[in-house]
Amino acid sequence: MSTPLSARPLPQPTAETAAYWAAAREQRLVIQRCAGCGTCQFYPRAFCISCLCERLDWINASGHGRIYTWTVCRIAPSPAFESRLPYVVALIDLDEGVRVVANILDADLTRVAIGARVNVCFEPVSETCTLPQFTLLD
Amino acid sequence: MTLDASRLAGRYAIVGVGEAGLGKAQPGDTALSLQCRSARAALLEAGLTLADVDGVFAHWDDRANALLVSEYLGITPRYVDSTVVGGGSPLTHLIHAMAAIDAGLCSVALVTYGSTQRLDHSRQRGGVVTDPRSPSGQFVAPYGVLSPISWYAMLAQQYLHRYQASPEDLGEVAINARRWAQLNPQATLRQPLTMEEYLASPLISDPLRKADICLVNDGAGALILTKAEYARTLARPPVFIRGFADTYRGHVTPINTFDWLDDGVTSACVERALCMSGIARSELSMVQIYDAFTINVLVGLESMGVCEPGQAGALLRSGIAAPGGALPVNTSGGGLAFNHSGQFGMQLMIESVRQLRGECGARQVANASSCLVQTGGLVMSAFMYMVLANEAGD
Repeated sequence: MSTPLSARPLPQPTAETAAYWAAAREQRLVIQRCAGCGTCQFYPRAFCISCLCERLDWINASGHGRIYTWTVCRIAPSPAFESRLPYVVALIDLDEGVRVVANILDADLTRVAIGARVNVCFEPVSETCTLPQFTLLD
Repeated sequence: MTLDASRLAGRYAIVGVGEAGLGKAQPGDTALSLQCRSARAALLEAGLTLADVDGVFAHWDDRANALLVSEYLGITPRYVDSTVVGGGSPLTHLIHAMAAIDAGLCSVALVTYGSTQRLDHSRQRGGVVTDPRSPSGQFVAPYGVLSPISWYAMLAQQYLHRYQASPEDLGEVAINARRWAQLNPQATLRQPLTMEEYLASPLISDPLRKADICLVNDGAGALILTKAEYARTLARPPVFIRGFADTYRGHVTPINTFDWLDDGVTSACVERALCMSGIARSELSMVQIYDAFTINVLVGLESMGVCEPGQAGALLRSGIAAPGGALPVNTSGGGLAFNHSGQFGMQLMIESVRQLRGECGARQVANASSCLVQTGGLVMSAFMYMVLANEAGD
């Protein structure tokens, strides 16, 4: 299952996550919301981890959030990322209450900050995969 | 339902420690060979034989490492455990070993860990995610996260922001590690580090610099644990486990932890471990914290309640943690300057035992009687605290 170092690691969707990745290809960010208790969760799972309900709706996230924390990678985890250096990795708290990992694309490093507002964007990384990403809101 | 673990306090002791291949292993060495050589050293020190060992707690790359080690040693233990919770796994193994002995499932436990990660160039900057279907494979690896470095960098970023702390606060941890390493003949980095040199160290994942990141070494270690009453009949002075607490939270992301700096869990663990031990915070002879990164020591000291949140840098600046200080921290030089062979929890325990037996030469803490050890595991995924002492207590 290991990925060659020269290739960017790509997600392999599962039964639980296929809808998430299919939506991303359509430039939509979706998250699971429990039809029983209303809790949103990330990453996608087979049932709600708040109430064990199996009825989960996929909702369109607003795409808005705030940076919980962030870093600038000055070295790359594998050759696939070297051409992108330096790049920002951030934890984003979506307004819906879940936290996701993403890059802040085209970031002015002097403006990246904890609490900064961000908006989702989409980066196609292969013929079949598009990654949800974020940019700083003006 | 909560069962009280405090009945285990002071009833179990580490009776032997051993290590092998610290630093850079020789070509041809294997983790298995180093593990078993460290086990041999620990048994010889305790005055025990392989026939005495009936519990084996071991982990490295092989998933059935406890069986592999048992086969190499030619023993048939009644109890094995290859739990993997990251660099603090040896502490988890000790806790599991106490539970197993208490339940009558074994009587003498060997805990061992070894790695030739430097010799083998096996450490990868992206961590060990290989399955693109796993949560990390889908939602982390595609974003180029340096793992574990970027996670702890983001912890440090959160720390600097919330407490208006400075890079120099992180630097104090690196400088403290070098001060101790100068007194440790086995340490990798024995030259002093100045704040100017620290600040000139290149950024790797902001705000962490090269000097904030632990070494990548080879090495193996072993611990022998048994009941206190038997321990007193053996060759070396026993070091008693007086208290412990552990919590398990995530895999290779901190996604289950909402507030990375203060979710109340680690400080509650410290209270539980100290309460169980009967030793007051003010009585501790020293503290050992798994310093995979400098930030871990700042956050670790604050979880222990030895200073207010955001004040650990100032505490270190006062000299209290340095050789001769009132609360020595990381007396071996730590993973930052002594040795980091992948699971530094093992080396933290060995150093603590040797300090409490008074065997540490130039870096020996005067009148050492107790020690609080903290380790994390993976990326804020597990935390274990252990209180050790050279007396069993009441």
